[in-house]
Amino acid sequence: MIKRPFFGSGKPNLKYSAVEVQKQDIVKEIPIPDKITLSLEDPYGMDEELSIRVGNKVKTGQKLKLKEDDKSYIISSVTGTIAGIFQYDGYLGKTYRSISIDTIDKEKSGTERSVPGNAGEYLGHLPGKPDLASLLDSRSILNTIIINGADKDLLVGINQLIVRTKFENLKSGVEYLRDSTGASKIMMVVGPDISSQAEKTGADVKVIKPVYPNTLPEIIMKNILGVEVPAGRSCEEVGIGFLNAEVVLAIAEAVIDRQIPVNKMLTVIKKDYTTVNVRARIGTHIKEILDALDIEMHHGDRLVLGGPMMGHTVYSEDMPIAWDTDAIMVQDKNQIILSSESECINCGECVRACPAKVPVNMLVRVLENDLYEEAVGEYDLLSCIECGLCSYVCTAHIPVFHYIMLGKYEFARIESMEEINA
Amino acid sequence: MLNQKLFVGSHAPYWHDRTSISGKSYHIMLAALPAAVFGIYQYGMPAIGVLAFSTACAMIWELIMNILMKRPVSIGDGNAAVIGLLFGMLLPATAPWWVVLVGTFVAVVIGKQIFGGIGCNPLNPVLVSIAVIMLSWESLLDFNAMLVNYDFDFNMIYPLAAVKGFGASATENYTACELLMGQQSGGIGATFGLGLIVGGLYLMVRGYIRWEISLTFLAGVFVTALLFNVSDPDKYAGPVFHLLTGYTLIGAFFLATEDSSSPVNFIPMLIYGAFAGILAVLIRNIGAFVDGVVFAILMMNVANPLLDKIRPKAMGKGTKHA
Repeated sequence: MIKRPFFGSGKPNLKYSAVEVQKQDIVKEIPIPDKITLSLEDPYGMDEELSIRVGNKVKTGQKLKLKEDDKSYIISSVTGTIAGIFQYDGYLGKTYRSISIDTIDKEKSGTERSVPGNAGEYLGHLPGKPDLASLLDSRSILNTIIINGADKDLLVGINQLIVRTKFENLKSGVEYLRDSTGASKIMMVVGPDISSQAEKTGADVKVIKPVYPNTLPEIIMKNILGVEVPAGRSCEEVGIGFLNAEVVLAIAEAVIDRQIPVNKMLTVIKKDYTTVNVRARIGTHIKEILDALDIEMHHGDRLVLGGPMMGHTVYSEDMPIAWDTDAIMVQDKNQIILSSESECINCGECVRACPAKVPVNMLVRVLENDLYEEAVGEYDLLSCIECGLCSYVCTAHIPVFHYIMLGKYEFARIESMEEINA
Repeated sequence: MLNQKLFVGSHAPYWHDRTSISGKSYHIMLAALPAAVFGIYQYGMPAIGVLAFSTACAMIWELIMNILMKRPVSIGDGNAAVIGLLFGMLLPATAPWWVVLVGTFVAVVIGKQIFGGIGCNPLNPVLVSIAVIMLSWESLLDFNAMLVNYDFDFNMIYPLAAVKGFGASATENYTACELLMGQQSGGIGATFGLGLIVGGLYLMVRGYIRWEISLTFLAGVFVTALLFNVSDPDKYAGPVFHLLTGYTLIGAFFLATEDSSSPVNFIPMLIYGAFAGILAVLIRNIGAFVDGVVFAILMMNVANPLLDKIRPKAMGKGTKHA
């Protein structure tokens, strides 16, 4: 835990940790597990007939769709039998269908991975960022692709590690992107320590100061391109696509080596803040990974999918890692600082910490009273880039970030209701 | 399922910089201690009595209000103790017990709790209370009368009263060094300039108070007093005299900086501090009151919500909606 500095009148200064050189090549392989769980966003009701059933045999690399003519799919990362299909509600009210698969043939799971036809058809769910397909579809509007060679959250080292060690492969990934998307510019954003490796990939390298939240897309756009994303719009809408270095590596492997990507690299952040990088099959349960690293968790600890600033907690070790799980963080009981019910004392720390200049002190007051439209209209709710620094510095321990995400969700709901009624 | 271990769920972020309201309160009290201890050293047991009773009363009022309003007990956050301590520091050492009791009631109950507790008060509770006492029992804050039984080896006439009555010539009886070292009469914790400055610097460096407010307040006092002094050197005292007397220093570092009643954006903080400083000297020099700090800061407290509307454009809000 990084404490507030002794001299503390400025902004929080949370540095990204650079990957230590001696550790750089150590990526621990997690063996193929006996059971995996994949999840897929689910627009259907509980009782609807699906095209996949319990008992179906699946192969590594096989596309699984909920219905035959669905566009969205997920790639099975092992060879086995479907053991269960459940529906559940995830973050921000999204519904998912989880599909658990019992691995039958670990031997085959390891080998049967080659791409059967057009590689582009298998790029819908690449590790790192799931919606690459939309990026490839939308030929004309993207004029710049920015490859993030730095990791969004603190202590996570996946993209850095890939740029440091796999720049050769990234090079072919960059070439493929240039050919297939028609983007006029391909940039790579990295921390100062790996700029020389990044140069070798052929992308236009931009070095950023490794201080949180400089690696968030909106901040990169502001600092590197000088473009501010209009509040409430996404980077893609203004013609800029963001890809993690890990995605580019997966593209390269799919296109050049014709291997369907089924592995995910992630950083495990232990209770003492040391980190280990691991590679595991997508869908591997967290317990398998923690067991492989001899990390023991107890009742009342905290388990986070993602990093310390932006991750999501899960309540059980039996949750799987997904395509976008960049890190697993475990925290001991006594490291947990819970938020409080105190009111805002108007100290202004959040306002000074906010990289998007949102008037957080006023925003949190209107959000506490469910005034979502006022929050958007007058207090710049949609300008928030979701970095979590406001909660990090809050003297009163108000869950500011939580209020903001709830506010965004509720506002979106109000808007869609109005659209329906209009 | 019952034996399964479950983990704590919460929203990101999972780190915190470990600041807290109570930590902040304790640091403010720590920074106020040099000046308070000096007051105790100078005035002895009566000063201890006032400070201790004031702090205790403020906390008890807070507790009573917590219970009456059926809200979580909040005396642990130390804010009531800060209010009590600062209120005591503004009083003369001989203040009677009932004025402390009433004053802390006004500060904690009327100044803070009825608005909804910490963070909801539009005015600085300490100043609300001291203003009520100034207006209701003027003689109790007349330091010449209240401290008449004390005899130290320095000029015991309250400096601001002397200047008000006799013009700038009265400043000859005080040297800047004496004023800085607390060789003047006044509130228990408001006279020891050096202690207040050390405490204020500590709070500014640690980030518990905003330097923008404190320094512009002092600058406002200095510049305004200087202009008055230049325009009529016989009538108006010099800027250094104004900086080191009355409630100027405790106002700059401990009263104007109160979180809830002061702005948070950069430019509003500068305006808030500067205008409070200017108003303080205006009230002292041409107003009816001997010391203007209390009403100057209260007036800027009222202006605070309006001032804080001056803020930078949020990201992505560019000039499109101008």
